[in-house]
Amino acid sequence: MIKVEGLTKRYARTTAVDNISFEVQKGQIVGFLGPNGAGKTTTMRCLTCFMPPTSGSATVAGFDVLEQPMEVKKRIGYLPETPPLYPDMEVVEYLTFVGRLKGLSGNDLTRRVGEVSERCAVADVSKKLIAKLSKGYRQRVGLAQAIIHNPDVLILDEPTSGLDPKQINETRDLIRSLAGDHTIILSTHILPEVEQICEQVIIIAKGKVVATDTVHNLTNRLRGVEAVAVEVEPRSGVLDAGAVQSRLEQVSGVSRVILKDSKDGRHLFEAESLQGKTIRGDLARSIVESGWNLYELRPVALSLEEVFLSLTSTDIEVPSGAVAE
Amino acid sequence: MRNTWTIFQKEIKSYFSSPIAYGLMAFFALISGYFFYVYVAIFVQRGMESQMMGRPQPMDVNEWVVRPVLMNISVIGLFLIPMITMRLFAEEKRSGTIELLVTSPIQDLEIILGKWFAALTLYAAILGLSALNLAMLFMYGKPDWRPLVVGYLGLLLQGGCLLAIGTFISTTSKNQIIAGTGTFAISLLLWVLDWVSSYGTEAWAKVVGYLSVVAHFEPFSKGVIDSKDVVFFISMIFLGLFLTARSMESLRWRS
Repeated sequence: MIKVEGLTKRYARTTAVDNISFEVQKGQIVGFLGPNGAGKTTTMRCLTCFMPPTSGSATVAGFDVLEQPMEVKKRIGYLPETPPLYPDMEVVEYLTFVGRLKGLSGNDLTRRVGEVSERCAVADVSKKLIAKLSKGYRQRVGLAQAIIHNPDVLILDEPTSGLDPKQINETRDLIRSLAGDHTIILSTHILPEVEQICEQVIIIAKGKVVATDTVHNLTNRLRGVEAVAVEVEPRSGVLDAGAVQSRLEQVSGVSRVILKDSKDGRHLFEAESLQGKTIRGDLARSIVESGWNLYELRPVALSLEEVFLSLTSTDIEVPSGAVAE
Repeated sequence: MRNTWTIFQKEIKSYFSSPIAYGLMAFFALISGYFFYVYVAIFVQRGMESQMMGRPQPMDVNEWVVRPVLMNISVIGLFLIPMITMRLFAEEKRSGTIELLVTSPIQDLEIILGKWFAALTLYAAILGLSALNLAMLFMYGKPDWRPLVVGYLGLLLQGGCLLAIGTFISTTSKNQIIAGTGTFAISLLLWVLDWVSSYGTEAWAKVVGYLSVVAHFEPFSKGVIDSKDVVFFISMIFLGLFLTARSMESLRWRS
C-alpha cells in the first residue's frame, strides 16, 4: 500500500530524513516510533504531499507522491500533530467543509458527515463551535476529518499527544477500530502506545530507520535475554557489594551485573543473561554456596522501552514524560 | 471551480462570523460618510453663494461631489485592504490548517482564487455602503449615473490589484500583524509614488509614476475608462496572484 524508497529530505542546514526505506501492507497498523526530532513528521509530510522529498521516492496505493500528487491526496487521510481546525466553525460545518475539499457532495456528503461524527463520538457536539471544545473532542474531530472521505491510508501524527489518560485510551480504541478498513501509519514517541495499537513498528532515530519489525518480534529480540533482579542479604555482619558483584559475574551465562540499590545491609543487583541462557537457578545456587542469604529473586521483563533506548542509542535524549507514560 | 467555490464560501463565512467584516464596514461607513457630508455641504454652500450673488454659475454635482468622494474612497481603500487580506494565509499558517488545504486534492490556484474572490467580495460589500450615500444624490438632483458606475468599476479594479498584493504578502508570514503592516506599507508606497513623479519629468519619474495606483484610478473617477489603466490593474492582479502561487510553492520546499 505504501512504499518508501531511499527517501531523503534536506533542509538548508540539516538532513531531517536520511535515505529511509520501508513498506506497509494493506490493512496494517504501523507505528512510527522515535524520539522528538527524529524525522517522523517530515516523513509523514512527504507521504501526504505536503512537501516534496529532496531525493528518493514514495508511492501510496501505487501513485507516486511527486508524479501524481492529486491521486495520492485523494487516498490519504491526514491528521497533523495539531489538528487543522477552524475555531470559528461548528463541528458539522467543519466536517462538511473538509468533505467538500476531499471531493464529496450532495447526499453522500451529508451521510458521511453523520457517519464519521458517530464513529468518532463527536455527534453530540456537532452544533458547537470548535473553539469551545475540549482537547479530547478536538482530537476526535481531527480524526473524523481524516476519515471523512473513507481513505485507503490514514496518516496520524502523534494522535494522542496532549490528551489526558482517559482520552488517550478512547483515542487508541478508536484508532484500533479503524484498522482493517484503512492502512494506518501513526507516529508516536510513546512506547506502550505502539505495543497496544500497532502490528508493526518502524523505529527511526536521527532521520534513519534503525529497526523495522513486528512489535512481537522486536520485543522478543531482546527477550531472548533474561534479566533478573537479585537481592542478597548477609547471613551475619556486613556484606561487601563488590564481592557479591564479582561472584555473580562469574556465574556461567551472565553477561553483566549492575548494582541497583543498597539498603538495610542488603544489596539489589540486576543481572542480564547472554542470548538464550537461563541464569536464575545458577544465580541462586552461587549465592547460597557463597554463604549469603538470597532475599529475593525475580525476572525483570525487558520492555519495548529498553529495546527502543538501546536501538536509538544513548546520546539521544528521550523526553522523560514519554518513558514514564 | 467547485473547490474555489468551497474555499470562497468558507472565507466569506469566516469574515462575517468574526467582527472583522462589521468593524471594517463601520469604519468605512463613518469615514466615507464624513467625506460625503463635507463635499455635499461645500456644494450646497457654493450653490447658495452663487445664487446670492445673483449670477448663478453652472453647478456640476458630478464634478463637485461624486469625483472627490470617489477619490477619497480610493484612498480609504488603501487603509482597509491590509486589514482584509492580512489573515488570508497568515492565519492558516499559524494555526496549521494550511496542512489540511495543501494535503487535500485541490490545486493551489483554486485555494488562492477562492480566497482572493472572497476578499474582493467583502471589499465590494464595504464599497456598497458608500453607494448608499451617493444614491441620495439622485433623490435631490440629477447627477449623471455613468461616471458613477465607471468610478465603482475603477474602485473594484484598484481594490482587486491591492488585494492580490495583500494576498501575496499574507503568504510570507505566520503573523497577521506583519502581513498587514507589509501590505499597508506597499499600498501606501504605491499611492505616494504619484507625488514623487510630479517632481520630475525625467524617464525615471515617469516609470515611478506609472506604478502609482491612485494615478491609474483618477481617470475612472472622472468617468473615463482608459485601456492603459485597465491593463495596468489587470496585470497587477495577475502579478499578485502569480506571486502568491509561487510563494505557496516555495513554502513547501522550505517549510
